[in-house]
Amino acid sequence: MSAYPVLDQKDTRSGFGAGLHELGQKNPDVVALCADLTGSLKMDAFKKAFPDRFIQVGIAEANMMGIAAGLTIGGKIPYTGTFANFSTGRVYDQVRQSIAYAGKNVKICASHAGLTLGEDGATHQILEDIGLMRMLPGMTVIVPADYNQTKQATIAIADHDGPVYLRFGRPKWPVFIPADMPFEIGKAQRLIEGTDVSLLACGHLVWRALQAAEELAQAGVKAEVINVHTIKPLDAEAVLNSVAKTGCAVTCEEHNRHGGLGDAVAQVLTAHRPTPQEFVAVNDSFGESGTPDQLLRKYGLDTPDIVAAAHRAMKRK
Amino acid sequence: MPHATSAATTHVPDLDQLARIASQIRRDIVRQVHAVQSGHPGGSLGCADLFTALYFHFMRHQPTPWDMDGRGQDLFFLSNGHISPVFYSTLARAGYFPVKELATFRRIDSRLQGHPTTHEGLPGVRMASGSLGQGMSVAIGAAMAKRMNGDHGLVISLHGDGELQEGQIWEAALFAAAKKVDNLISIVDLNGRQIDGDVDDVLPLGDLKAKWVAFGWDVQETNGNDMAELVRTLQEAKSRTGKGKPVMILMRTEMGQGVDFMMHSHEWHGIAPNDEQLSKALAQLPETLGDY
Repeated sequence: MSAYPVLDQKDTRSGFGAGLHELGQKNPDVVALCADLTGSLKMDAFKKAFPDRFIQVGIAEANMMGIAAGLTIGGKIPYTGTFANFSTGRVYDQVRQSIAYAGKNVKICASHAGLTLGEDGATHQILEDIGLMRMLPGMTVIVPADYNQTKQATIAIADHDGPVYLRFGRPKWPVFIPADMPFEIGKAQRLIEGTDVSLLACGHLVWRALQAAEELAQAGVKAEVINVHTIKPLDAEAVLNSVAKTGCAVTCEEHNRHGGLGDAVAQVLTAHRPTPQEFVAVNDSFGESGTPDQLLRKYGLDTPDIVAAAHRAMKRK
Repeated sequence: MPHATSAATTHVPDLDQLARIASQIRRDIVRQVHAVQSGHPGGSLGCADLFTALYFHFMRHQPTPWDMDGRGQDLFFLSNGHISPVFYSTLARAGYFPVKELATFRRIDSRLQGHPTTHEGLPGVRMASGSLGQGMSVAIGAAMAKRMNGDHGLVISLHGDGELQEGQIWEAALFAAAKKVDNLISIVDLNGRQIDGDVDDVLPLGDLKAKWVAFGWDVQETNGNDMAELVRTLQEAKSRTGKGKPVMILMRTEMGQGVDFMMHSHEWHGIAPNDEQLSKALAQLPETLGDY
C-alpha cells in the first residue's frame, strides 16, 4: 500500500487554470494574459469570470511580456500564459530586461514543458527552460508535482513580490499530493523518509521517484523522496539534511541535465557536503514525437532509470 | 528653477524659458559623455527639445515624493535607452534627483547606469531599457493598468527610428490599435541615423506614416527641434487621446542638434567628444541654469 495513493488523473495545467480562477475571485489585482493558447492553458474559466482582467494578446509573446511588465506599474499582478518554450526561449531578452532586471512583479506561467508534451515533438518540448530562468537574478522558479500542487502554487505566487517562473505540463498525471498539504515557496517536501539514498525530484518526476522508492523498498533499500518544487531559491537545508543521513543523491527532472535541478543541487553539495550524485535528466539532447510514457522511457527518465541511478549512487558512497 | 509639477497643459508655454532649459540640458549631455568618454550624445541632443517640452510643460508629473506607480500622473517610458544622457539631465533638472549626481553618469556605483534601469532606484525611471524594441509594449501595459484603475493620466513612450526595425514594435503597434489603447502617445524620433549609418542605407523604413495609419493609429507629424511646433503638436496629440486610437507622433529631429559638428551625420551616435571638441560644443550652448 503506497503512502501516496493516486487520488485522480489530472493535468497540471488544469491545476493552473483552477488556481487562477480561484485567485481571480480573491484578488482583484490579478490580471491574466494569454498568447492564443487560452484553451491549452485552461484559462477559460478566468476569462469568462473576469473578462475585464483577461488580455488576449494574440501570437505575440514578446509583446505579452512587455505588457505584463507595464501592468505592474499601477499595481497589477499579471499572469502570463503560454507554452514553456514561448515563455522562456522565445522571449528571453524581454523577460531578462523588462521583467527580471527591472524587478517587475510578473508571474510567468508556462505549460507543456518537457518531454511529456508528447507528440508535438522537439520544437515545443523545451528542456532548457529551468536553466534559463534560474540564471536570471531575482527570478523564483517553481516546478510543482501534480494538479493539486500546481493549483496551490498558482495561488501562492500572487503573494510573493517579484518575478516568478511557474512550470507545468500537458498530460494527465497522477494526483497524489493531498489538497491540504501545506505549500510554501522555497520549502521542499519530504514525501518519504529513508536512510539509504535521497531521491530529489521536481514536476512530473516526483511521481516516478515515489514509484522508484517502492521498487527500491522491495529490494530492501530505504529511499528518501523529496519533492523539490522550488528550484530557486533551492531549499539547501532540506537537501543537506537528507544527504547527511543517506550519503548519496539522485536528482530527477524532465529537463536537460545541464542547468536544471541537478545542477542546482550539485552546487549546494559541492560547496557544503561533497556527496555522490546521479542525474536522471535528458542527456543533452532534444526530444522527439511520441507518447509521454514512450518518451520518458527512451530518454532515460522512467522509474527503472531512477532505480538504477539510486543503485549507482549508493555504490559510490 | 522651474517647477516641479507642471500642471495643466492648457497654459501658454514660455518658449524662451523652454529654450533656455533645453540649452542647459544639451550642455549636461555633452559634459556627461565627455567626462567618462562614453555614451550617446547624438540622439540625446536631438531629443533635448522634446524632453524639455514633456517635463517642463506638457506632462503632469510629480518628482517628489516619487513613486513607481505614478497614480494620477502622466508616465514617460524611454524605449531607446541609449539616449540616457538627455533623460538623466531632464530628470535632474526637473527635480527628481540632485543635479550634481549627473557627474556619476556611467561610473562605478552610480544610479546613472549606461542605460536607464530601475535596478538602482533612480527616481523617474520606471523601466529598464537599452535592448531595443521593448518600451512600447511596456507603455501599453502601463496604459492599460491606468485604464483599469480609472486613472486619467497619459502614458508617453519614445522610440528611435532605427528601433522600428525590431519586430516587437510591430507586435505592440498591432495590439495597441486593436485593443483601442487610446491613453497612449508614442513618439518616434526620426533622425534618420543609426549606428551603422543612415537608416535608409541600413534598412529603410518605407512610408512610416502610411504604415502607422494602416496599423490603426492616429498619426501626427512634427519638427522635434522647433519648440513652438513641438508644443503645439503635443497639445494636439493629447486632444486626440481618448478617441479609440493610440496616438503616434512622427517627430523629425537632427541628430546632434545644437552642436554644429555633431549634426548631419551618424558619426556622433555613440562616441564622446575630446577636450577640444567639448569646448567647441559648449561654446555653442549657453549655460542657463548653472552647470553641475
